[in-house]
Amino acid sequence: MGRYVVKRLIYMVPTLFGMSIIAFLIIQLPPGDYLTSMISRMTESGENVDPAQVARLREVYGLADPVWLQYWKWISGILLRGDFGYSFEWNRPVADLIWERMGSTLALSVASLLFVWAVALPIGIYSAMRRHSLGDHVFTFIGFIGFAIPNFILALTLMYVAYRYLGMSVGGLQSPEFIDQPWSWAKFVDLLAHLWIPIIVIGTAGTAALIRILRANLTDELNKPYVITAKAKGLPEYRAVIKYPVRIALNPFVSAIGWVLPELISGVTITAIVLNLPTAGPLLLRALVSQDMYLAGSFILLMGVLTLIGMLVSDLLLALLDPRIRFT
Amino acid sequence: MAAHTFIDAAPETGPAVTPLKTSGKAQSIAAAGQWTLIWQRFKRNKVAVVAGWIIIALYLIGIFAEFLAPGLPDTARPQFTNAPPQSIAFFVTDENGQTRFQPHVKGYTQSVDPASLRRTFVVDDTQVVPIGFFVEGPAYRLWGLIPSTLHLVGPLDPTDTMYLLGTDRLGRDLLSRLIHATRISMSIGLVGVVISLCLGVTLGSLSGFYGGWVDLVIQRIIEVISSMPTIPLWLGLAAAIPITWSPLQVYFVITLIVSLFGWTGLAREVRGRFYALRGEDFVTAARLDGSGERRLIFRHILPSLTSHILAVVTLALPTMIVAETALSFLGIGLKAPVVSWGVLLQDAQNVRTIAGAPWLLIWPAGAVVLAVLSFNFLGDGMRDAADPYEG
Repeated sequence: MGRYVVKRLIYMVPTLFGMSIIAFLIIQLPPGDYLTSMISRMTESGENVDPAQVARLREVYGLADPVWLQYWKWISGILLRGDFGYSFEWNRPVADLIWERMGSTLALSVASLLFVWAVALPIGIYSAMRRHSLGDHVFTFIGFIGFAIPNFILALTLMYVAYRYLGMSVGGLQSPEFIDQPWSWAKFVDLLAHLWIPIIVIGTAGTAALIRILRANLTDELNKPYVITAKAKGLPEYRAVIKYPVRIALNPFVSAIGWVLPELISGVTITAIVLNLPTAGPLLLRALVSQDMYLAGSFILLMGVLTLIGMLVSDLLLALLDPRIRFT
Repeated sequence: MAAHTFIDAAPETGPAVTPLKTSGKAQSIAAAGQWTLIWQRFKRNKVAVVAGWIIIALYLIGIFAEFLAPGLPDTARPQFTNAPPQSIAFFVTDENGQTRFQPHVKGYTQSVDPASLRRTFVVDDTQVVPIGFFVEGPAYRLWGLIPSTLHLVGPLDPTDTMYLLGTDRLGRDLLSRLIHATRISMSIGLVGVVISLCLGVTLGSLSGFYGGWVDLVIQRIIEVISSMPTIPLWLGLAAAIPITWSPLQVYFVITLIVSLFGWTGLAREVRGRFYALRGEDFVTAARLDGSGERRLIFRHILPSLTSHILAVVTLALPTMIVAETALSFLGIGLKAPVVSWGVLLQDAQNVRTIAGAPWLLIWPAGAVVLAVLSFNFLGDGMRDAADPYEG
């Protein structure tokens, strides 16, 4: 097991390197750099631009260096000092800005993952045991719809429904009156009242996919001789199903962390923008629009790292759960 | 439940030899080519067939957008902002109590809310705007080439208004805009998929055919790309498009961005098939015949994958459409004057707008969902039918 973990970690290194290249590319991609836009702003407002000072600033920020050196400075800053660069728009180090936002992004993703599991498990088992029943067809239909509606459209629709028919103000994670209050029971209830829309929006597509997988796996499993034996010796149906076949069919739930997590983080990003949640999404969009590239690049890099860690966790859990997986 | 499947074998009556040529039908199946078999299998999946027709209809709408739209997508009438949809009625009763057949829509009367000074439109039953098929309307050039004024439906008098789906905040006809948006959104998926097809097939076949370190490198690249959350990545790349670029350039760059990350699934599929096929007898035979590697890949292995590739491509299309829609919706994809479903949805960005004019959300969103759903069903059907010799 120890060797397997080490091997998996070593495999992550090239992937992480590739991700950092992509994030750096995104930082570098917009034409011009921060200084050019600052100079154009200064000339517009009629200030004098001293070429010597510009050259000095260029030196200080390392903007005149070759690309690989800029990359090296950027990545070594992150790895060695936890320094993600400087947000020119906020006039603060990027590291100050991102952690809180990344924390809420992660929290929302995990909450959605729990929602996906909680909903997909019973429905998946039901659909597999009562194949082609009315309920199965209804869930399959809902699943297809949930799969086909893009996150942000679902968010808009739910927002409209909640506003129109429930008279709720949606958007954000807190009602205005609670925002600067200390934590209390009322604030917690208010948080839950706001949380259901983003969680449903983010989780629906993953739930639909997972139900389909669980249904297919469990159906295969239910036709195996050992289940028939269990029934033949008189085990009640629910025990014959829950005890062994469900446990085996559950493996995709764990491996799902690996491929659902990128989707969830993706979903959290766009849903948060639509619903104006205090996660990384809105800040990322704003940073991209105002070309505050160190902030944007750091967000993209961290989101990638987060998914990679999720994949690692899912692989390790799967190896623990399923003895058929060899540690090679 | 399948409690007795293990004793469910066919009863052994008669000889265990199937007589040859039992009926004409079996013979035609036995002699049928691969594509005939695929087609017959595909036809049995009714949902997929219906989805296929919907897709064809959507592309036809895209192709003949100018003719099908009752108006031009950019004609704004400021006196009709956020006007609600009008419904079509077929019979009018004149003063004499005579009822005659005349397709028409009802006109609007305006009322101004004294408190907020907001104009609201109410459908007025007394105003009748006659409409008809193949009417003269605003002039356009079909595909930018053929000048014409003929429209499929529209008001008989071109100065009248017909807003079957309502108007947006500038008083532009939503139906016309939706039809023109169909052209852009559906074509972006198609162009994007062609690009990812080239990337995916090339890299996937290299990876699967050669194995070894080529495979390792390509697999790492795929892993990096597919483990990055897509939406932040698209956002990052799309935000780098300079605002000075022309709409056409933006269109192609967006397609490129969307396809740059869509090829990984295709490459995986192709790679897996190559692995399975490269040990097959027909490949070995071709190799022994002296075929070069390029000929082996393109002449012998790839053609046997065509049906699978088609299915995967169909399943990849909706991702591209959704990607474009999401980017344009967020304001960093396509921009006016180009109209796509995402650009239309940009008008429905906050709850207040939607509450005032729900049609701005419903129709574009409905179009996206219809397209995505149809592509998924069609792709599923094609995937099931892709290998007619198994199962």
